[in-house]
Amino acid sequence: MSEITPDLVRHLASLARILVTDQEVEQLAGELGVIVDSVATVTKAVSGDVAATSHPIPMANVYREDVILPSLTQLQALSSAPDSTDGRFKVNAILDED
Amino acid sequence: MAKEQLMSYEDAIERFEVVIGLEVHVELNTVSKMFCGCANNFGSEPNTNVCPTCLGLPGSLPAVNRKAVESSIAIGLALDCQIASNGRFARKNYFYPDLAKNFQTSQFDEPIAFEGEISIELETGEVFMVPIERAHMEEDAGKLTHVGGATGRIQGAEYSLVDYNRAGVPLVEIVTKPIYGALDKAPELAATYVRAIRDIVKSMNVSDAKMERGNVRCDANVSLREKGAEKLGTRTETKNVNSLKSIENTVRYEIRRQAFILASGGKIIQETRHWHEDRGHTSAGRPKSDADDYRYFPEPDLVPVQPSQEWIEEIRQTLSEKPALRRKRLQAAWGFADLEFRDVLNSDLLDEIEATVSAGASPQSARKWWTGELARLANAQQVAVQDLPITPEQVASIQSLIDSGELTDRIARDVVAGVLAGEGEPAEVIESRGLKIVTDEGALIAAIDKALASQPDVMEKIRDGKLQAAGAVIGAVMQEMRGQADAARVRELILERAK
Amino acid sequence: MTEITSSSAAVLAGLISSKQVSSVEITTAFLDRLEKLNPKTNSYLYFNRENSLAQAKKADQQLADGTAVSPLHGVPIAVKDNLTTTDAPTTAGSKILEGWVPQYDATVVRKLREASMPILGKTNLDEFAMGSSTEFSAYGPSKNPWDLTRIPGGSGGGSSSAIAGHLAPLAIGSDTGGSIRFPAAMTGSVGAKPTYGAVSRYGLIALASSLDQIGPVTNSVMDAAMLQDVIAGHDPHDSTSLPDSLGSMVQSVKEADVKGLRVGVIRQLSSDGFQPGVKACFDDTIEKLAAAGAEIIEVDCPSFEYAVAAYYLILPAEASSNLAKFDSVRFGLRVTPEGNPTIEDVMAATREQGFGPEVKRRIILGTYALSSGYYDAYYGSAQKVRTLIQQDLAKAFTQADVLLTPTAPTTAFKIGEKVDDPLAMYLNDVATIPANLAGIPGISVPNGLASEDGLPSGVQILAPAMQDGQMYRVASIVEKLYTDQWGASLIARVPDLEAL
Ligand SMILES: [Zn+2]
Repeated sequence: MSEITPDLVRHLASLARILVTDQEVEQLAGELGVIVDSVATVTKAVSGDVAATSHPIPMANVYREDVILPSLTQLQALSSAPDSTDGRFKVNAILDED
Repeated sequence: MAKEQLMSYEDAIERFEVVIGLEVHVELNTVSKMFCGCANNFGSEPNTNVCPTCLGLPGSLPAVNRKAVESSIAIGLALDCQIASNGRFARKNYFYPDLAKNFQTSQFDEPIAFEGEISIELETGEVFMVPIERAHMEEDAGKLTHVGGATGRIQGAEYSLVDYNRAGVPLVEIVTKPIYGALDKAPELAATYVRAIRDIVKSMNVSDAKMERGNVRCDANVSLREKGAEKLGTRTETKNVNSLKSIENTVRYEIRRQAFILASGGKIIQETRHWHEDRGHTSAGRPKSDADDYRYFPEPDLVPVQPSQEWIEEIRQTLSEKPALRRKRLQAAWGFADLEFRDVLNSDLLDEIEATVSAGASPQSARKWWTGELARLANAQQVAVQDLPITPEQVASIQSLIDSGELTDRIARDVVAGVLAGEGEPAEVIESRGLKIVTDEGALIAAIDKALASQPDVMEKIRDGKLQAAGAVIGAVMQEMRGQADAARVRELILERAK
Repeated sequence: MTEITSSSAAVLAGLISSKQVSSVEITTAFLDRLEKLNPKTNSYLYFNRENSLAQAKKADQQLADGTAVSPLHGVPIAVKDNLTTTDAPTTAGSKILEGWVPQYDATVVRKLREASMPILGKTNLDEFAMGSSTEFSAYGPSKNPWDLTRIPGGSGGGSSSAIAGHLAPLAIGSDTGGSIRFPAAMTGSVGAKPTYGAVSRYGLIALASSLDQIGPVTNSVMDAAMLQDVIAGHDPHDSTSLPDSLGSMVQSVKEADVKGLRVGVIRQLSSDGFQPGVKACFDDTIEKLAAAGAEIIEVDCPSFEYAVAAYYLILPAEASSNLAKFDSVRFGLRVTPEGNPTIEDVMAATREQGFGPEVKRRIILGTYALSSGYYDAYYGSAQKVRTLIQQDLAKAFTQADVLLTPTAPTTAFKIGEKVDDPLAMYLNDVATIPANLAGIPGISVPNGLASEDGLPSGVQILAPAMQDGQMYRVASIVEKLYTDQWGASLIARVPDLEAL
């Protein structure tokens, strides 16, 4: 049976910064449990040294030269911000120091 | 906050072994940012050096700055690191409002440089090899300003403002392995190490290396263990310590704080802390927890960095001499005693003295000017000696006039004063102030005779072999000549007359 | 339906360049139709007649000035709403982006503008392209023009229904696990996913960066080839975009010749799990190709068994990170809870209300797959499966020039039928996912109507990476076998929307 407990869902949701109600936690635990049981078959597919593929078409060393390209104006940058002041994005106070 | 209790430093060192680890972030001075073409500029209007990529707008993608990679490789080489044949970027996932994408594009298990070392020489001449674990590329975050609340600090702030100009500025993070055996020297070693890193990146011109601007920032890890214990103690990490003095103070403070806790049977909490220079202590930040699960994975929007051997060698060729080697070379060439040389290093005058010497002055005279008269004048004016409006070439030309006997040391100081006062080149100051030395022997002899006349017993004493008696006459002659005479020549003339 | 709106893009381009019909006339015809019929299909989330016509006018002017450059000059197009456009809101089908007007154009959009192709509007999709039915769009599902009670496929169901309903002659889609090809199969249209990196992803709101690829949704293989030629090419903004051109797809279509062609049939994707009518259509395609002279070879891809599982680990993992930027700070929705909330509270509330259930499911699944202690088992293993799939394909492509599969296991299902069963929904992409994991090109071409429900079926043609030309060549052969039989394209048989 699945290892997706309600506590784990709560923890994952907090890592992902998504507020979840207790009811959602229960529901997600159930749904994710089924999905995880199904996708966990990948662990059986591979044995020994198979290289991991993180990029479908192997490429390397793609660089841009160190030159300045046009930036947005301050007005453009802030144009879709929910809130801004003094040329900066405005957000609620931050919880903890770090 | 209750004041934390501390053990005396001496007792702490007596009882515990100190292990430190240092993470230094170096902001590169590329023209553009790490992953986009926005200007890498300090002090621009907020949110004017931003684009879809560094603002993390939906759909935007990063593209790696070649020069940033080159600078990172150069730093790796300067620290005697190996350069990875396959370095990849990874995403470090965590939410914070100064992080536009809510992940930092960094390197995780495949850093560009790894396994290096750097030798650090302490005040006493003791040399430590500091082992470097890795140097990796990453991007800086934006800048938060906390508004409201009593102190303008994060606690009690009403809201915060974000400027993303700094977001995406290229950083190289240099991480040491745990450093053992520094004993009571751990705080000094930490600061000296950071200074060495700063000097290296500055001399290579890959960073502006201004600590006060945050171009070089240090996180200091400190842990203690009972002497003889195998197991490492729990460490704390003090973040963003941004001056050499603070680094030393931070490490010293953490040693004393942790020693008190351990000695009284307490446990060290693994946490990030903050140094408050004004108050002279660190304070607890966030405890480390599984909330620090950064879920690193290879950055799928970028391809691997696989520097060719040719490229690495090309970069190696352009490397400027390592500061440590340069210091060794110059001390030997100049023949300075250890103490003399340390004085030069502590006043950060290596460049000035080297330039003065290459303009023709002897090393000792160059040293005396910069660490002596010029340092004194700078101190009086409360400016850095390097910022005095006099060039090494001007110092060398004044010294050459002393060497040829055209100026005395005293007159030379007047010339320097004139140059500093903006009266022009040394020759012009000499001309306008009438500072030429008096070489007319007739005038000198007349002055000597006048002085001897008022001190008739002097000749007698000299003839009796009490040569020091000439001093009084020399003084009088120099006064008569308003200092513009060569005292050595005056002495010779007096002794001749006594024969 | 006018003659204009039922014509292929190639025909319309010819009419424009020969100045028989203007871009304004053609654009107007499509705007008239979509304004009338979009309420039935919900294909478009946004359209703006004035703006589209201004672009058409400009195209006509250039033609008059003799400065037209593109083969599709003046032909209007619909763009999936996960591509940024400076002149139209871009929502990605999500509430969290409602009303956002991007500060920049996606590279593909810029190329369309440079080719003077008027943009008709932005088409519907499952939220952030997570789905295969458009039922997960925050703005309601699109409907299949063949049967308005059925899904048009997803995530690009807005584009596929626009094509099948003749609400656009051309459309842009994006394909992460089948989001172009599956909807094409559901609607009897043509949908192509080029080789990974052939088309720039800059400005495509990322779902899974290592799988996403933009491609054409059209009425015909030639139209798709023409559109790929316009949108493909290296982009310095996208480090994963291919450095070299893959050549002209139109040229490949023109060279179509069945002689000596070796067609591979994948054992793992040709038997179990397919609706009988779909399977019958597929067998018919293979028979037709054999009759035309192609050599049919059965190939073995054993690791395909794990493709869906690997995909549903890699995709959520990458998506969980890509979607972290939706935090209410720089753009998009902000939900401020009661009381004295911190920014952390605001972010969490915004993401709770701004994201739909499927998006949240996948973000949390992806967060799990990447979290410490699980990474190696899940994300790590999934990436190894990717390698195995590439190895299987490399071997298969030594035996065959192209591989054929049914595009989808079934024909279009009823709206609501699978919406509460994530696993059942995920299996829609069983045949399309391997191409994304391996980065190879794939195209869906209509191959008949399933006997049991009379709904379209599609055949998928896969070619080796970078051999998009080969894919188009064979697609054109298959298409011709059917148009020769039917005397027209399948899409000509779509019911009259105006009467529905
Ligand atoms: Zn930028």
